Amino acid sequence: MPRHLVKLVAQRIALGILLLFASSVLIFAGTQILPGDVAQSILGQSATPEALANLRKELGLNEPAISRYLSWLGGVLQGDLGTALSNGASITDSILKRLDNTLFLAFWAALFSVPLSIFLGLISVLYRNKWPDRLISAVSLSTISVPEFIIGYVILFVLAVQLQWLPSVSLITNDMGFFEKLGAILMPVIVLTFVVMAHMMRMTRAAILNVMESAYIETAELKGLSAFNVIFSHAFPNAISPIVNVVMLNLAYLVVGVVVVEVVFVYPGMGQYLVDHVSKRDIPVVQSAGLIFASVYITMNMLADIIAIVANPRLRHPK
Amino acid sequence: MKRIPLSALIGLFITSLFLLSAIFADFLAPYGVAEVVGDVWEPASDRFLLGTDSIGRDLLSRMIYGGQVTIFVALTATALSFSLGTSLALIAVVVGGWFDMALSRFIDLIMSIPTLIFALVVLSVVPANLVTLILVMGLLDVTRVYRLARAVAVDINVMDYVEAARLRGEQTVWIVFREILPNALSPLVAELGLRFIFMVLFLSTLSFLGLGIQPPAADWGGIVKENKEGLIYGISAALIPAIAIAALAISVNLVADWVLSKTTSLKGGRNG
Amino acid sequence: MSDISFKMNRRSFLGHAGAAGAAVAGSTLITGPAFSAGTPKKGGNFIMGLKGGESTNSLDPALSTSHVTYQAVRAYSETLLNVGQDGSSLEYRLAESFEPANGGQTWHFKIRKGVKFHNGQELTANDVLKTMERHSNDETKSGALGVMRGIESMSVDGDIFTVNLTTPNADLPHLLTDYHLGIQPNGGFDNPAEGVGTGPYRVVAEEPGVRYAFEKFDDYWDDSRGHYDKHEIIVINDDAARAAALQSGQVQCINIVPPKTAKLFSRAPNVKIETTSGKGHYIFVMHTDTAPFDNKDLRLALKYAVNRAELVQKVLSGYGEVGNDTPINSAYNLYDDSLPQREFDLEKAAEHYKKSGHDGSPIVLHVSDVAFAGALDAAQLFQQSAQAAGIPLELKREPADGYWSEVWNKKPFCASYWGGRAVQDLMWSVGYLSTADWNDTNFNNPEFDELLLEARAELDQAKRKEIYAKMARIVNEEGGIINPMFNQFIDGLAQNVTGWHSNPNGNLMNGFIASLTWFE
Repeated sequence: MPRHLVKLVAQRIALGILLLFASSVLIFAGTQILPGDVAQSILGQSATPEALANLRKELGLNEPAISRYLSWLGGVLQGDLGTALSNGASITDSILKRLDNTLFLAFWAALFSVPLSIFLGLISVLYRNKWPDRLISAVSLSTISVPEFIIGYVILFVLAVQLQWLPSVSLITNDMGFFEKLGAILMPVIVLTFVVMAHMMRMTRAAILNVMESAYIETAELKGLSAFNVIFSHAFPNAISPIVNVVMLNLAYLVVGVVVVEVVFVYPGMGQYLVDHVSKRDIPVVQSAGLIFASVYITMNMLADIIAIVANPRLRHPK
Repeated sequence: MKRIPLSALIGLFITSLFLLSAIFADFLAPYGVAEVVGDVWEPASDRFLLGTDSIGRDLLSRMIYGGQVTIFVALTATALSFSLGTSLALIAVVVGGWFDMALSRFIDLIMSIPTLIFALVVLSVVPANLVTLILVMGLLDVTRVYRLARAVAVDINVMDYVEAARLRGEQTVWIVFREILPNALSPLVAELGLRFIFMVLFLSTLSFLGLGIQPPAADWGGIVKENKEGLIYGISAALIPAIAIAALAISVNLVADWVLSKTTSLKGGRNG
Repeated sequence: MSDISFKMNRRSFLGHAGAAGAAVAGSTLITGPAFSAGTPKKGGNFIMGLKGGESTNSLDPALSTSHVTYQAVRAYSETLLNVGQDGSSLEYRLAESFEPANGGQTWHFKIRKGVKFHNGQELTANDVLKTMERHSNDETKSGALGVMRGIESMSVDGDIFTVNLTTPNADLPHLLTDYHLGIQPNGGFDNPAEGVGTGPYRVVAEEPGVRYAFEKFDDYWDDSRGHYDKHEIIVINDDAARAAALQSGQVQCINIVPPKTAKLFSRAPNVKIETTSGKGHYIFVMHTDTAPFDNKDLRLALKYAVNRAELVQKVLSGYGEVGNDTPINSAYNLYDDSLPQREFDLEKAAEHYKKSGHDGSPIVLHVSDVAFAGALDAAQLFQQSAQAAGIPLELKREPADGYWSEVWNKKPFCASYWGGRAVQDLMWSVGYLSTADWNDTNFNNPEFDELLLEARAELDQAKRKEIYAKMARIVNEEGGIINPMFNQFIDGLAQNVTGWHSNPNGNLMNGFIASLTWFE
């Protein structure tokens, strides 16, 4: 890799880390603005004023926000996220378990959906405005416009209740074998594939079509290269930047945005974990989970930018 | 002017059908949006063409009124996010340097805040009404549009013809709107079609956070959720709004495809 | 994007969880350990799919506020006494007997011998004392604190545990049936969330918000309970997913079957539903000290404008009974049925509204489905009928998130839910006494307060019933509670689960389903 490119990437990574700090401050500030406090939220209706006061004192909520933030940040840098205010569990332990599950699901969903979407996008370009293109568009647009829990319910009731091929609960535990785990997450993977496919597929199609109008494609076509060759070897690499951006956006979604799918299939991932703790105003956990979500977006965006630069020769060699 | 292809005609027809029913909702809807006229989840009949909903309101009337608010909010929010996101991105690319970097990283920062926290914070600071709703939806989506538009524009910005325009001494605005935008339209229009659908669905999510539409009014996604309990027992009340969203999505995208093919043929000779 | 519409409702739970039995006050109507018809079969793994669990949950009984931990705490720990299935008798559990002294101001409990904790220690009266202390001392966060008020001192003498009250209270034994008061070794002072108790099942795995696994405790003292070898709780917050899990045989029991689909669901093969009429009520509460709700006529106008029968039919699909603007129904002991039912009457509503002199500005009802399942539907039906009476009722949907801390008890008119309490005294004391913490109607009626204190000290049942009847009349007429309906608990079971019986104090047999049923 050329020197200035290394420099560019290094700069970008340094910026990413800086962003992460900024984002932790924003998330912390956000949690401070949220109405309601942890003591009231944890104890709910059973909160008597004494119980509330006791819990507040115990949780250190009477200390100023900045000192709480700094002590938390110090812990994070040492790999210690502290304990949850709501149930005293170690945040590091619980988050790692949840994150592990989330990444497992996201990985397999991505492995299915990304190549499939790009492939279907290429097919669409190849058969532009013919029936395969129209069929792919219609199906993917329908699945994307139906709320994801509906697709979830349909698959749940066909595959788990009627046919009984798969367990209705996608709960994965440590004593399950690898293939057993895969079987358990098959239904959520199918649903997630439906949910993210359309976006990536449509962008692949549009971005390639955009490039296809360029002069060098005409040259390639004039050279007598096959349509597939033109699309795959010439148009696709030049269309990669918007595609990568959309792919990264959807990958980030697979990690941070799948609460509904988690709930329908009873999958213990990060999404539900964050929602639960937000509603209990369990600030250290919200912070930590929020930071992980933020780092996912920041990393994905960074990757998209770097890939875009590397893929485009003109950007690699700025004048 | 080429003849409009059949697919685009279908798209235009359905889109305008939805638009017209939204505009003339007051004349078309047989009952009021909140009026309880029947039993819970009655099947379709002469009285209720689409049956009734979870508390006995006419589903057709709710769909017509729901379409009004759904289409209006989604359209406005999409327009906001697109105009703002695209112009910011193109300006950032053309101006370049620290401005581009600062703006791009700022967008990354906003994007990194989990939506749930963002929405709850906004809700606690400003009053929940239609304007807030559209602003929140539009601004959250600006980040996505910005990133895509920038990615497309960066590639175009280094093309010879843009360089040529610069050397000619053209204004930034001229370069943005005459050189880059036309050549970036194709992916942007595709994204527009999808963003519109996301807005429709996002609206119902926000409604359930208390930020969106207030009952008894409802958006289509909200009607799906109101009736979802019956879905797995074969009660179609939840499916009808879902089908409406899908039909709208497909027809909007058919139109987008058509616009796309028009724009690609427009810029045809430029690169040569 | 995240979607919290699936979110479980953490407060919804409270009452039936906290609810213990309605009692014949001061009576000694005591039965032995529960006895079920038929000989229970032993063995099997009983898996429940439950709504109402979050990753924030703790196994500390004091902190339990969700359906899932309610069941988990019931499985691993035990209280001194239980309420029998009739909802009013008492069963001895860790207390072998008790007797009042000093006119009901002092109570002696004899603690059972030979009972072991899951950690091998033997239960002593000292563990009981420590447990009660942990739930009532100055540092406590216990959900049972309300129950524990009025205790002056506690002591232990051998195997006798003694409670001294500030004033006589014939209901004390019933208060101690609250599931939060499960006895823990050393009262849980060492590690309250470790999940060690004397219950029939011991905790072997805990993943908050995901699952809990139990095994039969080999040294359990009572052979008539705990028939399964293994027991598991899986948190399934989504209604459709829960139904699917039961239908596909992944679980054998689910809670909170949505009433709208209960009839459709019960048609599925291998599945049955069981219903229980309880004390829980779905209500709208007005702050009686805040304009415009400080006007009695306006309150009455709203009370007459709600179509109770329609709400029971449409929101509960008939799985419930109409309410009468008091928190008390026939499930309570000493219930007086002479209070006339308030009917849906638009004319009267319009009349009272006119009389109230309200300026016609919108009356805003704050609502979220977190308040109770179907709250939005109920509010929209209410809005329709109120508008028919000319009352400008408007709805404001509030975020599910933060509803109990930001809306309930803060906004002057909102949807709410109460699960009911063990006895009338407790229900009135926690919710309607002018000084009560959870007085969510800001009700302040000196006559009512006096009557409540009078009733507590009244040992004559007939007189006490009369006083309660007077109190109900006051709240019905003056109060800020609009109570359109009492909901039923709807449990879903696999066909082979045997031994189910209703218990008005809580769903899933007041939390004892894993202890009392078996596979046939």
